[in-house]
Amino acid sequence: MTARAATGRTFAALLLLAVAFAALAGGGGPAQAAVQIQRVSAAGVEAWLVEDHSNPIVTARIAFRGGASTDPAGKEGLAEMVSGLLDEGAVELDSAAFQGRLEALAITLRFDADLDSVRGRLETLTENRAEAFALLRRALTQPRFDAEPVERVRSQLQARVRTALEDPDTVATRAFFAMAFPNHPYGRPTSGTVESLAAVTGDDLRAFVRERLTRDRLVIGVVGDIDAAELERLLQATFAELPETGAPIAVAETEPATRGQVAVVPTGAPQSAIVFGQRGVARDDPDYYAATVLANVLASGPFTSRLYREVREKRGLVYTVYARLTPLDHASLILGMAGTVNDRAGETIAVIRDVWSALASDGVSEEELADAKTYLTGSFPLRFTSSGQIAAILVSMQLESLGIDYLERRNALIEAVSLADVNRLARELISPHALTFAIAGAPDGVEATN
Amino acid sequence: MAHRRMLQRLALAAVALLLLGAAGSAFARDGGGVFHPETATLENGLEVVVVSNHRSPVVTHMLWYKVGAADEPAGHSGIAHLLEHLMFKGTKTRGPGEFSATVSRNGGQENAFTSWDFTAYYQSVAKDRLPLVMEMEADRMTNLVLNEEQVAPEKQVVLEERRQRIDNDPGARLDVFADAILFFNHPYRRPIIGWEKEIRDLTAEDVLAFYRRWYAPNNAVLVVAGDVTLAEVLPLARTYYGAIPRADTPARLDLAEPRAETPRRIELADARVRQETWSRAYIAPGARYGATELAQPLEVLAHVLGGGPSSRLYRELVVEAGLADQAYVWYEPDVRGPARFSVTVKPRRGVSLAQVEEAVDGVFARVLAEGIDADEVERSRRRLQAEAVFARDGLSEGAQLLGRALAIGLTTEHVEQWPARIAAVGKAEVDAAAKAVLDPGGSVTALLGAEASDQQAAAQ
Repeated sequence: MTARAATGRTFAALLLLAVAFAALAGGGGPAQAAVQIQRVSAAGVEAWLVEDHSNPIVTARIAFRGGASTDPAGKEGLAEMVSGLLDEGAVELDSAAFQGRLEALAITLRFDADLDSVRGRLETLTENRAEAFALLRRALTQPRFDAEPVERVRSQLQARVRTALEDPDTVATRAFFAMAFPNHPYGRPTSGTVESLAAVTGDDLRAFVRERLTRDRLVIGVVGDIDAAELERLLQATFAELPETGAPIAVAETEPATRGQVAVVPTGAPQSAIVFGQRGVARDDPDYYAATVLANVLASGPFTSRLYREVREKRGLVYTVYARLTPLDHASLILGMAGTVNDRAGETIAVIRDVWSALASDGVSEEELADAKTYLTGSFPLRFTSSGQIAAILVSMQLESLGIDYLERRNALIEAVSLADVNRLARELISPHALTFAIAGAPDGVEATN
Repeated sequence: MAHRRMLQRLALAAVALLLLGAAGSAFARDGGGVFHPETATLENGLEVVVVSNHRSPVVTHMLWYKVGAADEPAGHSGIAHLLEHLMFKGTKTRGPGEFSATVSRNGGQENAFTSWDFTAYYQSVAKDRLPLVMEMEADRMTNLVLNEEQVAPEKQVVLEERRQRIDNDPGARLDVFADAILFFNHPYRRPIIGWEKEIRDLTAEDVLAFYRRWYAPNNAVLVVAGDVTLAEVLPLARTYYGAIPRADTPARLDLAEPRAETPRRIELADARVRQETWSRAYIAPGARYGATELAQPLEVLAHVLGGGPSSRLYRELVVEAGLADQAYVWYEPDVRGPARFSVTVKPRRGVSLAQVEEAVDGVFARVLAEGIDADEVERSRRRLQAEAVFARDGLSEGAQLLGRALAIGLTTEHVEQWPARIAAVGKAEVDAAAKAVLDPGGSVTALLGAEASDQQAAAQ
């Protein structure tokens, strides 16, 4: 299936995924039986390893805590720019030589940044795994930041910012975060602005590598055709040269300032992009699992949630509508998205508010609770069907400090959620008055509060 | 513009992944093949393919119908896709929404998709729920119930989908019109989702007529991937699908394009555009159309010219000349009809679309005059072969590629032998493919420009 050649029943809104990187909305299940996690340590770092020798490939995912929200004011986009440049030349290999080596050996090595982390992914055939980890070591420890790739990547990121501003979904998302986090780094765009990207210097790039890419904030997940002894050797060779500690991550804990505001950003598009949300529940909150169940009933269950039924199925107001529990490191949201033709935007927002109100006042039924639990527990094994998925889960488990036995405990945590828990949370958490909207378009029947 | 970025990412992934393939040395040793599927055909004509992958105790169950947007009658564009949406409404024994509720309650995930060439439905579930989803999928093959009260809001949903995918995105709007002038005769000229007025005019009766005409076991392919074998799947398939009688489905039309004698240009200037784009599409041979032996040489050519940071267009336009931020080539041979070979370039700030076009023309002129270097061919061939090893990793790739191949009239062997065909591509074949396809007469050049605002115009 090609993107252009196929059109489907749902539209994967990657936009929200970019901020909703709580990869582990749910956790373990029957699949953990097939996933044996080993701890492998060397050079002061630990990797979690799942061996799988059925194919001659090795997949690694790494993450450094501290992402775009640590970018200095006026230099937003720094973390992304560093990420875009780590594979553009290191030590004696210039950009062309480095990329040529990756290509010749069929190695994938890529980095990107989100609000709370800088992440890398490495995929290689077994026969090239030593060379693949050697390239990872060079990228992390001695990137060159030559003038040509620096200016090229800067221009590419600026082009991406301009392109993003053509997209109503992105415009609305930026407006929502600016409104929800007015005095906090989460309110700034992860990828920066044309101006902030222009302000990033070579010294900024080098300082970021020195102060942020350090062993004390590194987590590693490895899946595939490698055993613990070989991985231990590669960890030693790859990460021993990284600095042990780095600069503190100075991002304050915060609450979203969602008080029922409505912001409208005018665009010329025929369909209004609507991003909406309110306070959520933190990943380490005891109510996290009850909130996961609640969000499933409300808005995140595919083709079955109340929001889907009322907004799309009954009224045909939208193609896309959903909301998800979105815990960030320093704040948490329930964050949603919808798109409707401009002249039905007011009606769509009213229906979303009604769905919110009904849940807040009446809670969920015994049957809804049971259905959400069977979905959340039963679908968990579906997350373990590729090396990349499994490696990403290993990384998230470590970033969220869930424990190496989490996969065995997770379904019991979902099962333990009672109707009383969920309905208490529905009353305490779900607030139609706090529900805040950012709309990009020319919406009818919407009164902006700004 | 996340939507467009997503399409681009997926398109690039398609170059990497759908060129799937299998592999290098490992496969040469075990006699070739990629996914090693097991196959069978039921008496009613349903083709069955099983791809075993025992990583997790789950299965993906897919049913592919050999009908898509290219098979729609005149005036009914969008009907294949609208039917796909309406297949979730209900049957003689199941109420609207019950299908999805049952899948979800059983811990399953599902979706469906429509292309010009096929319509496919899938569910991923724990292995022990395979009989359940099979029973439900077989039920809706023949027992769909529809009325206007269900169709009317779903048409609104589809119109919102159209706005989201196309109308909200100037680049997607331009793509729709570029397709419409690339193909003179083939129905690939119509958007899969349909023309707006024709979507609005579709009725429940139209949709049901299309459904009865095309949905039958002898016009479908069942693919099950995951923790199962054919020995387990076949009895279930016989139980649930085997009872459905064969139907007299129509032969699909194979339309040919006339030889294009004039290059065409199309331009869209829109005030919403902040990043300009230059692109050109050529009609090309595919796996089932024209000079099919050029399909794999064209895949290698696409990779040499625009398959990543080491490709010619990226090196020359983006790195060396600093004219562009992005440059890539897209080619997908596994379609029923004529394939597209397309180039997309995003100029750097301050560089005009005309400058970019001149640079691309220069690169192509040199390719045509001097050919591709043998070492470029070798490098691309190795990379593509390695992609086949990676394609075996996940649960979905094999099901996707084999299902699509059978749905467009290819065989599982065609997919399994892909690495061998790639391995056989040499410089001479790639040069011949370039000469055959990079003919301006068969091309559409599309310019997506920023329309100057009134203030900008006044200032000039």
